[in-house]
Amino acid sequence: MDALKTLEMDLIPAKDIPEFKAGDSITVHYRIVEGDKSRIQLFKGDVLQRKGTGRTQTFTVRKISNGVGVERIFPLFSPNIEKIEVNKVGRVRRSRIFYLRGLKGKSARIKEKRQA
Amino acid sequence: MTHYFDNDGRSVACTVIEAGPCVVLQKKTIETDGYDAVQIGFDEKKEKNTSAGMKGHFKKAGAEPVKQISEFRDFNTELNVGEHLTVDMFTEGEKVHVKGTSKGKGFQGVVKRHKFSGVGMRTHGQHDRHRAPGSIGGSSWPSRVFKGMRMAGRMGNETVKTRNIKIAKIISEQNLILLNGSVPGSKGSYVIIEK
Repeated sequence: MDALKTLEMDLIPAKDIPEFKAGDSITVHYRIVEGDKSRIQLFKGDVLQRKGTGRTQTFTVRKISNGVGVERIFPLFSPNIEKIEVNKVGRVRRSRIFYLRGLKGKSARIKEKRQA
Repeated sequence: MTHYFDNDGRSVACTVIEAGPCVVLQKKTIETDGYDAVQIGFDEKKEKNTSAGMKGHFKKAGAEPVKQISEFRDFNTELNVGEHLTVDMFTEGEKVHVKGTSKGKGFQGVVKRHKFSGVGMRTHGQHDRHRAPGSIGGSSWPSRVFKGMRMAGRMGNETVKTRNIKIAKIISEQNLILLNGSVPGSKGSYVIIEK
């Protein structure tokens, strides 16, 4: 393997991460530190994309908050991510669903994948 | 470049540099060479790819053949010829300068090369002028173009030094240095780290 990728394996510890892809609806439990207190914040939305390889991967989650679209990019192996829950597995036909940004209301829904 | 997470969980971007082991090949002195300097080599290569003259030079130092050789004046080292410099000479948190050859950009215009802003507007009847240099001098006097006038030409591929980069981490087993910042040059190119 590429020496840089091998080094990343040492720098960033492995984590248990559920399988998810663009179009899935997930909840990210993210730890927020305020002064010396820390709490868990939930960010629930649709995955727009997964980007990068190995331990430096990131993913983008989009949600509608008070009628305004909010997107957040998380590093997949961030130590501040406590847990990732996969709520729904969506059926989309591409790996990056940026077209969702231009849609709202009923048309912005993603069909759920039918489990066999 | 890559990144790592600090103690607060923040992602920190860093450049990874393989620094050493660098072998001391020769110590030049005023008596023998007319000046004081230390010659250092890095990146081992095969003996079959080494010319006969250089083979002798490496043999004299008792070192394996190396790809890169550079010389440093005012270099204080206790090391003898044939011994190795390692990353242990640096400490974490220390600030260093990194010298390297910047990426070649080819023949570039004045807007990219000298940060000119171009001439006039893009619309309102103008065309072909928005990345032009403008006037390069007077006509009747001096009726020539001054030396050093900034014009289009080859850009990049020159020695650049990035100063005061903090050392984030040192991994001495693999001779790696992680720097909090970018360094000149493309991936896999050679750089000089100055203390």
